[in-house]
Amino acid sequence: MTFTQPTIDLTAVSPLLALLATAIFLLLLPLFFRSAGRALLAFVAVIGLLISGVCLFRIPVVPISGFDRLLLLDPLAIAVHGALLLAALLTLLISLNRVEDEYLNYGEYFSLLLFSLIGMMIVTSTWNLLVLFLGLELFSIALYTLAGIRKMRADSVEASLKYLLLGAFASGFLLYGMALLYGASGTLQLNEMMLGIEADASTLALIYAGVILLFIGLAFKAALVPFHMWTPDVYEGSATPVSAFMSTATKAAAFIVLIRLLAHSELAIRFPWPQLLIVLAVLTMTVGNLLAIHQKNVKRMLAYSSISHAGYLLVGLTAASSSGDQAVLFYLFVYTAMNIGAFGVLSHMGVSNADERVDFESYRGMGYRSPFAALCLAVFMFSLSGLPPFSGFIGKLYLFSAAVEKGYVALVVIAVLNSVASVYYYMRLVVNLYMRDPAEELSLPRANAGLKAALFIALLLTVLWGIYPSLLTDLLAGISRPLP
Amino acid sequence: MFDTIWALPALPLLGVLLNLLTGRRSGNLAGLIASSSVGLAFIISLKLFYDLLQLPAAQRLIEKNLYTWIAAGTLRVEIGMQLDPLSVIMILVVTGISFLIHLYAIGYMHGDPGYNRFFIYLNLFVFAMLILVTANNFLMMFIGWEGVGLCSYLLIGFWFEDPVNATAGRKAFIVNRIGDFGFLLALFLLFVTFGSLDFTDVFNQASVRFSPGDGVITAIALLLFVGAAGKSAQIPLYIWLPDAMAGPTPVSALIHAATMVTAGVYMVARAHLLYTLAPLALTIVACVGLATALLSATIGLTQFDIKRVLAYSTVSQLGYMFLGLGVGAFGAAIFHLMTHAFFKALLFLGAGSVMHAMSNQTDMRLMGGLKNKMPITYGTMVIGTLAITGFPGFSGFFSKDEILWQSYAGWNGRPLFWLLGALAAGLTAFYMFRLIFMTFHGKLRLQSEAVHAIHESPKIITIPLVMLAILSVVGGYVGVPALLGGSHRIEQFLHPVFQQSEQLSHGLKTGKPSLHAHSTEWLLMLTVFLITLISLYLAYQFYIKKTDLPDRLVKKISSLYTLVYNKYLIDEAYEAAIVRPLLKTSESFLWRIVDNRLIDGLVNTVGAGIAACGRALAVLQTGSVQHYALWFVLGAVVLLGAWLF
Repeated sequence: MTFTQPTIDLTAVSPLLALLATAIFLLLLPLFFRSAGRALLAFVAVIGLLISGVCLFRIPVVPISGFDRLLLLDPLAIAVHGALLLAALLTLLISLNRVEDEYLNYGEYFSLLLFSLIGMMIVTSTWNLLVLFLGLELFSIALYTLAGIRKMRADSVEASLKYLLLGAFASGFLLYGMALLYGASGTLQLNEMMLGIEADASTLALIYAGVILLFIGLAFKAALVPFHMWTPDVYEGSATPVSAFMSTATKAAAFIVLIRLLAHSELAIRFPWPQLLIVLAVLTMTVGNLLAIHQKNVKRMLAYSSISHAGYLLVGLTAASSSGDQAVLFYLFVYTAMNIGAFGVLSHMGVSNADERVDFESYRGMGYRSPFAALCLAVFMFSLSGLPPFSGFIGKLYLFSAAVEKGYVALVVIAVLNSVASVYYYMRLVVNLYMRDPAEELSLPRANAGLKAALFIALLLTVLWGIYPSLLTDLLAGISRPLP
Repeated sequence: MFDTIWALPALPLLGVLLNLLTGRRSGNLAGLIASSSVGLAFIISLKLFYDLLQLPAAQRLIEKNLYTWIAAGTLRVEIGMQLDPLSVIMILVVTGISFLIHLYAIGYMHGDPGYNRFFIYLNLFVFAMLILVTANNFLMMFIGWEGVGLCSYLLIGFWFEDPVNATAGRKAFIVNRIGDFGFLLALFLLFVTFGSLDFTDVFNQASVRFSPGDGVITAIALLLFVGAAGKSAQIPLYIWLPDAMAGPTPVSALIHAATMVTAGVYMVARAHLLYTLAPLALTIVACVGLATALLSATIGLTQFDIKRVLAYSTVSQLGYMFLGLGVGAFGAAIFHLMTHAFFKALLFLGAGSVMHAMSNQTDMRLMGGLKNKMPITYGTMVIGTLAITGFPGFSGFFSKDEILWQSYAGWNGRPLFWLLGALAAGLTAFYMFRLIFMTFHGKLRLQSEAVHAIHESPKIITIPLVMLAILSVVGGYVGVPALLGGSHRIEQFLHPVFQQSEQLSHGLKTGKPSLHAHSTEWLLMLTVFLITLISLYLAYQFYIKKTDLPDRLVKKISSLYTLVYNKYLIDEAYEAAIVRPLLKTSESFLWRIVDNRLIDGLVNTVGAGIAACGRALAVLQTGSVQHYALWFVLGAVVLLGAWLF
């Protein structure tokens, strides 16, 4: 028996290593320096993210498959890592706005954030089912904890527990699916699953069941209807920055794995995927929007809106083409900027952790009291509802045109109708900002520098990608799927 | 060499952003930021102009596609700019005049609570206008077009506390929407016909695929002209412009006289090839222009509000430009556009200076005798007036004469066009000198304590006046006709742009006498000059010598006078024929029945249905983990079962 040492390519893992080192450092730092304040920790975390970003940038564009094919860094992985790093950076910055009247250990908080980021990056860069599961659990467990980070609050603990229970439930499906796939094919590599197996009915049924169960586990993470029920409760109970991170980064990670799962030609061809995806997309968009329409709580509204955006992303996925994948990636970037930005403004409105102002009424007249934050929120709302010239418009245009290219006209009509309906609840907030007098005189705390920076970056990207989308599309041009 | 072209619109935009970010904190700095951004843009324009001159005439068309905005399917939207002699003249006029008016506004708007907001709007306007004139495709042009429309609306209603101003802003916006709708339809038709909105592409295809008189091209040209008539205040959409004088005077000068209102002229000139291919549309353009010139000139005779007189004269001069375009003399129209920008900006700023001194009084019946109190304003205004009346030696003379000559001798010209045009020139001379005599000569008719305080305006106001006065004199010498020993340099400069149309029109020349000898040109020129002199003499008699003459004349023809004084009751006619029936149908039918019952009923039913669905779904959202898991399992069962079907 010969043992071949796997090739170890440090370039491929350098972004992960940088993050890992930073996360561990952040965990240990308060242990030795009790005085290490929030600003120092945040600074270290930001530096870590930036280093990781630079490392990512230095990875060559040719696909790398290192560590005995356990790790894969193709253009898709690199692009989504960029989106994930952006999400983490923005989340980190808006986290700085939390008022320190409650015990919150920033060392733990930041390192948990980075650990979940590492998990997401692992998940999105592999064909191997075991590595996939490892990464998935890594980021899930970190997120369960993050959801309950405000441990003195009942709703936070409730959110954490609900997320954990349902998450474990979903993991069961996922793991069972992996087991079936392994059993049927004898390999853990997703891309080699259909090679060299007998295509008889029973094996195909096993494969199908396995893929569906795997899909369900991911659909839970991506909050697709009907696996979405946890979303509003968890987002509402978690700290606002954590909700922001979950709604964007988790979605990005889950969608990339979905792309990998469905992009594989054999798996994609033999099963009725388009029909399934169309049904799920319509359900997800419509249910998300319908429920968002009569929310009184802005955070819940954003939770349901994030479900409907998962539906729009599914439209791009249905196209099952290179341009569809690029559109999904584009939208993930755009959605990251505008959605974390919107949550950032929400966290500004939260006067303290104990007393969050999250109902629509408390946004009345905000346009005159904090003009910058209100302007940002208005732009994010315009962009989320898909109005030009903001990036949300371009993103939706790409998603929908990818689907139209493949002839899914009816689906796109439904998607457009949905996005028209969504204008109602987004604009309700904007109306409150500028056209209603405040119910009571509120004194808002001054936004801190981290939040301001995050809002500024998010605003800039939302506007810039709207009027100059090729800044982003050029970066995503390398993403392609093999023709079936 | 032309890489800096993107900076042209970017600079005013930067000014907007800076002023937005600093907000009211910037104080007086706002004016400085705004002015210097436009000043820099002007310098860049000069540099671009110089660079363009270095190229051989045939190569003077530079296109820069900055980037692709949207590329989805067959739709490609490019963000692109182009520089050619036509657009370079426009950017020079826009940035140059804007710069002077920005300077003037620093003094004029001093102390206004909306100082910062004013300069934000003004810079935004310059940005949009530069997008409009440097666009290399119809869509970008449309974006700029809508942008300037928005700024115009915001600035007319700048002092929105007064409902009159807000109403004027609304009127301008609504009337312009009608025009914009025509433009938009033209865009759709262009895209359907040519599959592209790119200027070069469309014009190249048009010259190959279509022959003169084609129906589609005529439709496109006419729809575009509806847009132009809206923005450039031509019959029947001119009614918004006189009301637009509700805005601050620098705005009237910049937007509603010198630059924005000429966008329609620019657009027709830009699409010259389409118009040459549609002689019918071209003739309609000429007729509408001429009618507008005459109609508004007669109204101008009777108005007493100094800004309104100038507004009607603007409408009238725009009519001249369309006459020039309509007879196929695109170069002459652009020449007049340029000189008009100089002297009309000057006249408006002069009027603003008078108002500044008279504590915002605009009624000329209360003015008089300001000659000695405001010598610089007086002197510059007289120069502006001589220029607009086409007095030999002043800029207006050369450009107006060129248009009149072409309306007689141009390939689409007719002797009748010339006759009516000359008549309008006489009217112009009369009402403009009436303005000068009533405002500056005779005795001051205002009786109040403020009279002693009347004095010349500060330097920041008079310097731009003097600069514009100089331009109003020398601006015409770039286009001295061959008849007077010149070489008509501007026409030559523009020649490459309009070359295609000229070649095409040679074949179209209707069998007209080719006896356009120098003697005819001399004769026509002298006739116009004579008409101008007579008008001047009449105005002198009416308003200086025998000041009771106007009243006696008015009594004799009182019914006609009242009709003209009330602007031919056109506003009232629109009110009765369009606005009120529209309101009535809107109120009794559209609102009460269609909207309230039908649409609201439908919307409410749908809305209620949606809300009910939402509630029904919300019921499922129990908050209980067991229920969530149940739905999860149901979903899984359905998905797994899908394989069986």
